[in-house]
Amino acid sequence: MTPLICAADLSVSHGGDLPVLSHVDFLIRPGEIVTVVGPNGSGKSTLVRALLGHVSLSSGRVERVPGLRIGYVPQRVHIERAMPMTVRRFLSLPRRVGDAQAAAALERTGVPGLEGRQITALSGGQFQRVLLARALLGDPQLLVLDEPTQGLDQPGIVAFYKLIEEVRAETRAAVLMVSHDLLVVMRASDRVVCLNGHICCEGTPQAVSAAPAYRALFGSEAQGTLALYQHHHDHDHDHVAEGHRHGPACAHPH
Amino acid sequence: MLDDFLTRAALAGLGLVLATGALGSFVVWRRMAYFGDSTAHAAILGVALSFVFSLPIYLGTLAVAVAMALIVAQLTARGQSMDTVLGVLAHSALALGLVGVSFVPSLRVGLEAFLFGDILAVTRADLAWIWAGATAVLGLLIWRWQRLVTASVNEELAMAAGIDPARERLILSLALAVVVAIAIRIVGALLISAMLIVPAAAARGFSATPEQMAGSATLIGAISVLGGLWASLWLDTPAGPSIVAISAAIYAVTLVVCRK
Repeated sequence: MTPLICAADLSVSHGGDLPVLSHVDFLIRPGEIVTVVGPNGSGKSTLVRALLGHVSLSSGRVERVPGLRIGYVPQRVHIERAMPMTVRRFLSLPRRVGDAQAAAALERTGVPGLEGRQITALSGGQFQRVLLARALLGDPQLLVLDEPTQGLDQPGIVAFYKLIEEVRAETRAAVLMVSHDLLVVMRASDRVVCLNGHICCEGTPQAVSAAPAYRALFGSEAQGTLALYQHHHDHDHDHVAEGHRHGPACAHPH
Repeated sequence: MLDDFLTRAALAGLGLVLATGALGSFVVWRRMAYFGDSTAHAAILGVALSFVFSLPIYLGTLAVAVAMALIVAQLTARGQSMDTVLGVLAHSALALGLVGVSFVPSLRVGLEAFLFGDILAVTRADLAWIWAGATAVLGLLIWRWQRLVTASVNEELAMAAGIDPARERLILSLALAVVVAIAIRIVGALLISAMLIVPAAAARGFSATPEQMAGSATLIGAISVLGGLWASLWLDTPAGPSIVAISAAIYAVTLVVCRK
């Protein structure tokens, strides 16, 4: 299958001496859920923005399938209180949609009937679902979610990822997520990319959670993830070797 | 009908309001209040230049206001803080303008008309400038409405939809430059920002969508113009400040009535 987005040798620097991303190869295929994990400042959001074409590259290239429809939920969307905005009106930005379509999108993301509410009056969980509903309205081939569960509590996070899986199952859209909710997110992913300025390791969630580079990066939290995996996957380590691939530089200056 | 100075004043005010309702809403949403103020201060330099080169006032102020918008866009894109750039440019332009005014003896006495406006003195030619400018701004805003609103809600969302937030920002700056140029005869350089911000702030209280807010701000602006002219006529108060005072009174009422 042709990848939806294919990036090769991607480097980005924000004017400083140190590049934020260096020599990253990345691709996402139709229908798969890929999660990018990494510590703060590891370039997760920059990678997403580079893939979307929002930042200029210092090297490498990004190829997107022509006419690729992307539904995007950015990190920390802040709506100015000075701007009155109902949920219904928000769904029509920038492309106007019909009432039935808007209602269906809200229904699918589990927040039916919110049309008349002010965006600023929503709870964090409701707002994330409205953002997702808006992203779904363009019938996307790829959903891009940057830290979509920030500010949600644990049950909220679990419910949100469950929703993402449902949506993927229904729409067959690929999903690219950035997250630090290691435990939950990994279970929902087909593939995990561990990023720290470069790609440390990538592969199936099981493989990555067992990878030394990942464990070096996340320490004890990684142990927890691994334990969870061993529990949930019946100690099935057979795929680990083939699913796991090390990036070119797995040695870290920690 | 246009022979009556009061009719001309009302038409001038209503023409201006056509543009300030919607544009003022963007100024409030995007926190561009200081930008509006700075452009208006810089316009005094435009007035001085117009007199020195015997150009129509509107052309001089428009040129300076547009130059200001472009320079601000350029400097902030280079990483300078918006606040600082505006502070430097606005006050430098104002100072230069006041120095320039001192070379034009006839203007030295009449400067007050450009600081506080003189709506009762607008001519037919003024009316043509004002209405042409205001309808152009309104047309521009309506044409790009969806993009402008999206970019004002969230720049990342806008970029993902193929909208260039920097371009939309520049368009608003240029619209603001036009409004400053046409408003300087009506409310003056010091009160232009008030015409933009106060009606929009009053409209915020009871609006549910951006369109409602822009529409209500236009209506409140129109009421303020007519009310201010009426007050000025019966109480013998200066017209421009009276218009702004009525706006402020409406804002105060909405604060009490529409508690949120």
